[in-house]
Formats: sequence, structure tokens, C-alpha cells
Amino acid sequence: MRYLPLSGADRRAMMDEIGVKAVDELFVDVPKSALNAKIDLPAHKGELEVERILGAMAAKNRAAGAGPFFVGAGAYKHHVPATVDHIIQRSEFLTAYTPYQPEIAQGTLQYLFEFQSQVAALLGMEVANASMYDGSTACAEAALMARRVTKRSRVVLSGALHPHYAAVTRTNSELVNDEVVMAPIDVEGTEDLAALIDDKTSCVIVQNPDVFGNIRDLSPIAEAAHAKGALLVAVVTEAISLGAIKSPGEMGADIVVGEGQSIGNGLNFGGPYVGLFATRQKYMRQMPGRLCGETVDAEGKRGFVLTLSTREQHIRRDKATSNICTNSGLCALAFTVHMTLLGEKGLRQMAMLSHEAACKTVDALGKVPGVKVLNKSYFNEFTVKLPADASEVVEVLAAKGVLAGVPGARLWPHDPETHNLLIVAATECVSDADIAALASALKEVL
Amino acid sequence: MTMNTQGRPTRADEVEASAPATFTGNRALQIEESLIFEKDAFGETGVDFPALAGVNRLGNAARKQEIGLPGLSEPEAMRHFVRLSQKNYAIDMGPFPLGSCTMKHNPRLNEKMARLPGFGDIHPLQPQSTVQGALELIDTLAHWLMTLTGMPAVAMSPKAGAHGELCGMMTIKAALEAAGEGHRTRVLAPESAHGTNPATAAQCGFTVDAIPADATGRVDLEALKAKLGPDVAAIMVTNPNTCGLFEREIIAIAEAIHSVGGYFYCDGANFNAIAGKVRPGDLGVDAMHINLHKTFSTPHGGGGPGSGPTVFSAALAPFAPVPFVVKDGERFHLVETRRAAKAEGEGEAGGRLAAFHGQMGMFVRALSYMLSHGGDGVRQAAEDAVLNANYVLARLKSEMSPAFSGYCMHEALFDDSFLKGTGVETIDFAKAMIDEGYHPMTMYFPLVVHGAMLIEPTESESKQELDLFCDALLSLARRAKAGDQSMKSAPHFAPRRRLDETAAARNPVLRWTPKEPLKAAE
Repeated sequence: MRYLPLSGADRRAMMDEIGVKAVDELFVDVPKSALNAKIDLPAHKGELEVERILGAMAAKNRAAGAGPFFVGAGAYKHHVPATVDHIIQRSEFLTAYTPYQPEIAQGTLQYLFEFQSQVAALLGMEVANASMYDGSTACAEAALMARRVTKRSRVVLSGALHPHYAAVTRTNSELVNDEVVMAPIDVEGTEDLAALIDDKTSCVIVQNPDVFGNIRDLSPIAEAAHAKGALLVAVVTEAISLGAIKSPGEMGADIVVGEGQSIGNGLNFGGPYVGLFATRQKYMRQMPGRLCGETVDAEGKRGFVLTLSTREQHIRRDKATSNICTNSGLCALAFTVHMTLLGEKGLRQMAMLSHEAACKTVDALGKVPGVKVLNKSYFNEFTVKLPADASEVVEVLAAKGVLAGVPGARLWPHDPETHNLLIVAATECVSDADIAALASALKEVL
Repeated sequence: MTMNTQGRPTRADEVEASAPATFTGNRALQIEESLIFEKDAFGETGVDFPALAGVNRLGNAARKQEIGLPGLSEPEAMRHFVRLSQKNYAIDMGPFPLGSCTMKHNPRLNEKMARLPGFGDIHPLQPQSTVQGALELIDTLAHWLMTLTGMPAVAMSPKAGAHGELCGMMTIKAALEAAGEGHRTRVLAPESAHGTNPATAAQCGFTVDAIPADATGRVDLEALKAKLGPDVAAIMVTNPNTCGLFEREIIAIAEAIHSVGGYFYCDGANFNAIAGKVRPGDLGVDAMHINLHKTFSTPHGGGGPGSGPTVFSAALAPFAPVPFVVKDGERFHLVETRRAAKAEGEGEAGGRLAAFHGQMGMFVRALSYMLSHGGDGVRQAAEDAVLNANYVLARLKSEMSPAFSGYCMHEALFDDSFLKGTGVETIDFAKAMIDEGYHPMTMYFPLVVHGAMLIEPTESESKQELDLFCDALLSLARRAKAGDQSMKSAPHFAPRRRLDETAAARNPVLRWTPKEPLKAAE
């Protein structure tokens, strides 16, 4: 078996050294009734056979790059430079563990420090952690952190927060008996969240651009939250947007969380992704997750270590800020390599290319009879109202080779008023021909 | 000095007593590397894009403030990250015997499969009719996990081991509440448990009560029974446990917790020791997470991403969280909301734990590993892992002090009594291993053993590699006992000497900071 180095002779020699005649003598503590149960699974296979089996499954899926593609709502198809995948497949990054021995893990630690610096700058905040599982879990952790900071137990969610993020936050906050209040679905970005904030509210969570693609001014809601002693948690699901629009930090957010997938990471059917988490310096010690900090070694040379671990589960156990034990290291590396190649200049270009693609798509769809664009503002994603159930339209278009977007029923299956809505995303990967194909296919169907 | 015919020396006859300082600070292959922010690359980029058309409908929302991100050209970026990589130790370089972490070989076939466009380039929200192969893969992996554990259900969405624990404990809480047993708020966990166990219980609103270990390093069954009561919700036990031992009273533990109406959560971090040999479902387990990045070889990647599918007993299965894949006939579909689960007769499903369907990239890698190994190879891998650990235990016990007597499972635990009176402590011993070219073992964990050293070789090491490793550790032990104090300042040959962690925590510097304030952009 190609992954197992021991030969039969090795095994016999080792058993002699240990003083056993059969390997099962080492399993002496296992109840006899449970040892060596019959397990009905196929026998081992060579590489070629495995490639055939998995290749056949992969071939049944329609890849984003195979044709016109406008699906977003929390995960985005962007171009990733070839360098990124090469770097993250280097053995020294791919097959390293958490950097618990900093003397031989400076590679991981330095990129985490660079990642934290890039994320803090991008989100407009003072400090960022070394990443979370994904944007949605980062959002849930932000609500729990706001609970610790404010010692309050009521979470207010915007009606235009991605419903999966809302669900994950609800799951986590209700486990500790917090009240979670969700505003009604807010397609056009006109909700009055300030009215929902009271003096028991720990935080208000608002997404920007919101799930329908509207760009929001977070400043008034930050003021309203602060006036009641609550925190503003801002959520960013499209990290590229921050190359074009104001950062949540500039608008007064106290905690900013985001999905970093757009930078350096593929779609991967939803994971692994990389959660971004940033806050103000004053709340640093209430953060969840791993943190990398600068220090010096015994010879005075600069180096990096994991730090402030007294917040974490392996030290604080049931008093920890979170049970999180891993971060999303390799995805964070992909983010950092891509962002290092882009720089601010490239990020701004990439963001504006996405915005331009969205503008062209809006213009093209706006000319299709029966289609109404609902957004007054947008970055690279917007919502249209169709004269028919959007799920059915999406299926028909998929059969024509066009993936048109996310229909309302996929995200809000139990809210019929959303079922004619279609959320459409465009990025720099979308060509003029793709836009024309979408518009003409839609015209045929409607 | 030996010369060849051109007068070029062919051998070094004279060796400097101590290495000279270099102008650059570099040491041959060890290149010092600055931060990307120190490379004078603000305003630059390493990516070429087509020209913009000049359309801009952002209005007042546009970002005017400078962001402050440098951009490196491709050769500069490549060199930066390659240099950084060379400061890391990795499994592909040598033994990485971190106990409890399972650093096994990461097959590259897995990477190749995960990058097939049909897996790597599909969107979680594209129509389900266009991702039938992806849903089939999740369903197939779920089948393997349920078969290997002997459990009837599995939640695939947890993103890491600790997330799987959360999934398991939240499901237990939901099942208790549904049965009118919501007053049960106490969770029992051994003192030797991973820190994630008590942290998870707390995150679910439970209080945690620690159970002591007995003299053999296992759960003290009598102490456990004494702590049982009508307010107990569950027990969390790692098996094999963090001392590397199988809980031989595991069935009695399960019966004890069930007898008072509580559930048995098993921390499956060490499932790699028994996969293919023992099915947790046969031991009375109600819920268990599986670390795909440990048992099933998906790469640790410097600390993640992980993946923590969680298996459930029939009693808990109806309360497992959304989303999940359902097969009807030849087609697959996703159940994505609690209401949808109820409508399909799937019970009072728990709430969502993550935005999409779990760590698909890790699922592909894990299934690639499982298909490669097969049922037979999974069992052989567990046997080899246990054999390797016992070999290390047998070879080292002459100079080092095993924490407990008898055989171990997949990891060998030592205490620091063999270092008593030498002046050398566990941390010094571990750092001296770095100079010998090894990643240290897990140290100071589990907490129940003084100065613990937990060695997990995994099945990926050859006998020859293990022999050299053991010889090196034996030599270090003898050196310490002979009064060699040089280990106190180890490592001597790593890219960095010991780092000042106290200073890092006292005055946290968590990011690079510009010397001048950022400007508004043009």
C-alpha cells in the first residue's frame, strides 16, 4: 500500500522489540466484542482507479469557468494568479502544523502577521486576527464577542444580512440564551434599524454591500448603536468591494467580519474559505481566535509568535473567548499571496473591473422586458425582480448553459415575496459575451 | 590542502572554530526576509489587468482613503514566500511527532483531485441540478464515515474538530430540550480532555465538571459515577484518550451516563488509532466528530483549514443540524432549512452552523485518501500507527520515563521524571530536538502528567526513520543526565533562537503600522 512504509519484515522486527506476537495484542484494552468488527467497504485502489472514480463525479458538475456565470451571494468567482496555488502547495506551508514551535515556524508566523496587517488595513480597523473558519462563523463569533464586551444579551440583525449568516448567528447566540431579533427582509436598503436598538442590545449586525447588493452608509447606524451603548458589527461578504467602497472602519464599526474567499481562494462548493475578523485595539483581548504578534529571539532578532493565548481554549478551557482551535491557515496564505501581488493598486483595479462588469450587466438586463433592477446603489451585485419564479427561470437558463444568479427561494424558501427575485453578481471574470448571453437567454425565457 | 589541476581546493582542510557573522545576516540557504510592507512597494502591483472603461456609479460610497497595501511583482512575491517557506518545518521534511495532532503524510493525489474544476470551481448556491456529482461525493463520504464508525447519521457541515464538538453538544442540548430535559446543564469531562471540550460545553451554555484520572491514566469510573445526577446532560470523553490509552471501561462509562439519562459525546480526535478496527457505535457513543485533517490525511496547512463531520446515534440523528444531503432515487438534493427538514419528515433538525455545506475541498481529499486505502488499508494504517507508537515506547523506555505502564495506542506519553535533577526541563528537551532536525513532540499536554511529552509517530514513518529518531532522543536523554546544559539554550541551529513570548503578550504588536498616517487617495 503506497502510503504505508512498513514492510512485513519491519512489522515482525518491531513486534519482537515490543514483545508481542500479533498486533492485536496492542489492542488489549479494547472490549473483545468491539474489536475487528466486519467493515463493508471496498478494498484499496491505485491512483489511476481513484482518479477515474472521482473524475467521473467531478464531470457531473458544471464548473463556474465553463460558461457565463453570475452566481454570488456570499461566494464569488474571481481570477486567482497562478503563483498563489504554487505557493500554497509548497510542502513547507501545506504540511506544517499550527506554529506551536516558533523557532521552526517563522514562515507561517510571518505570513500570518502580514495577513493580519493586510486585513486590518483592508477593513479599516486597528487589529485583525489570524482568520476564522469563514465569514458566517466569524459573524457568529462577533455577536458573542459583543456580548462579552457589553455584557448584554440581545442581538439585532439587519433584514438584508445574508440569511445563512443570520442563521449561524442565531444558532450560536441562542445556545447561550441570547435574544436574536431579525428585521424584516429589506430588499431595497430602507430599513430603520435604529428603532430596534434598545439599552439591552449588545450589537447590531449589518452587511455592506448587503445581500441584495445595496451599498449602505453605516455611519448613522454606528451613531445610533453607540448612543445606546451597543456595538456595530459590520459584515463584508465580498472582500473585493473594499478596493472600491468605504471600509466599515471609516464608518464607525466596532467589529468587522468578512468572507475572504474572493481573494486568493476558489469557490470550492462553499469551503474551505477564510473568515476575516477585525476590531478596535481596545477590544483586542476579547477577540476570538488565533493571534500572531511580533517579538524578538534570544539574540535580539525580530521574530513572530502566537500570542495572547490566555484568551484561548487550550489555556482558559471553559473560560475561553471561543472554542476555536484552528484557523484557516492555508486559505489565509492564499489571501495574503494574492493580496501581495495585487497591492492597493491592483485591488482597486480589480474592484473597479468588477463594478464595471456589474454596471454593464445592469444596463443589459434593464433592457429585457419584464426585468426590473431594484438597486439604487450597487458594487458588483444587484437584485432584479422577474415576472416569474426566479428558481424556475434559473433552472431553464442553467439548461441553456447560463448560470444566472441566486434565486430568492434558494435563500428564503419560506418567504414567497422573495421568490421572483434574482441576485446577480458580476466580476472581472465576466465578459461582454457572457453578459449578452445572459440577457438574450433571459429574454427568451420570459 | 588538496588541489585539483586548476588549483581549486577540492576539500576544506581548515574549519573555522566558530561561524563568522555575515554582512547580510543570511546563513547560506537561510535567507533573512523582510515584511512585504518594508519592500518599498506601495503604489505598485504584480497583476496586469485590462484597462478600465471609466464607468463609476459608486458616488459617495467610493473609498477615498488610502488603504496602505504594498504590491510586489511576481518574482519578488515568489521569492518572498519561498524564503518564508524555508523557515518552516513540515511533514514532508521529516518526522512531526506532535501527539494528539496526527501529522501523517498528505498524499498529493488528494490535492490534484480537489483541484478538478468540477470540485474546486463550483459555487455552493448554483442550481442543485448542476452539482449532482458534488452532492454524490458528500453522500459517498458520509457513507464511509458512517460505516467506519457504525453510526447511522452524520452532519457534514462542521468546519473543524472544535466546530464538530459544538455540533455534537448543541445536538445533545436540542435532544434534551425536546424531551423536556432542558434543566440538565452539567457536562462531565476528564481533566485530561482537550481544552476545546470544556470551551465547547461552555459555548453551549453548559457548566463543566472535571472528572479525575485514575492511576492508569484513564477515566476514574467510580469518581465518574459519584458525579452523576439528574442535572447531567452529557459526558465528553476522548477515546483513545489524550494519554494515548484506550478507555478500557468505555462500555461501562457509556452505560453509566445513559443510566442517568445523559448522552455520551466522544471526542474523535484520536479516531486514527482505531479506524477500521473499532466502531464507536459499538461502544455506546451518541455523537463524535471526526477530524478529516487528522485521520483522513487532509493537510494541516499551518493551522487549518480543518474539517469536522460529526456522527450521531439514532437517538440524536433527528436533531442534527441543517444542511444535509438526501438521496432520492438516483438524484441528490440538499435540505437547507429547519422548516424544510421538518417538511421532509427529517425531524427537528438543528440550526445552521456555517454558511454553506461544509469543507468540500477537504471532503474531496478525504475521500481520495479513503478510496486509495480502502477498508483494508484504513485498518492497516491504524495498526501501523499503533505499532509505530509502541515501538517508540519500547525503544525509549530505557532512558525516558513512560507516564503509564503497559501498551499505548497511537501515541506514547512520557513524563519528565527522567530529567529530574538534570536542570533540563521538558521545554529544553523539546527545543534540543529541533537542533537534531526534528519537530518536537507535544509538550506539557495532557495536563494530568508532569512535564508531559506526547509522541505520535503515525503510520507514515518507516522503521529506519523511527530508529534514527529514537537513537537521537536516547542520546539527548543521556546528554541531559550527564549534565550537558547546552539544551537550556537550544535551539542553536534554527532560523530563530528561543522567542520572547512574554514580551509579545505584554506589549502586543499584531500588525505592521505605517510610519506616516495614510492619505486620501487621488
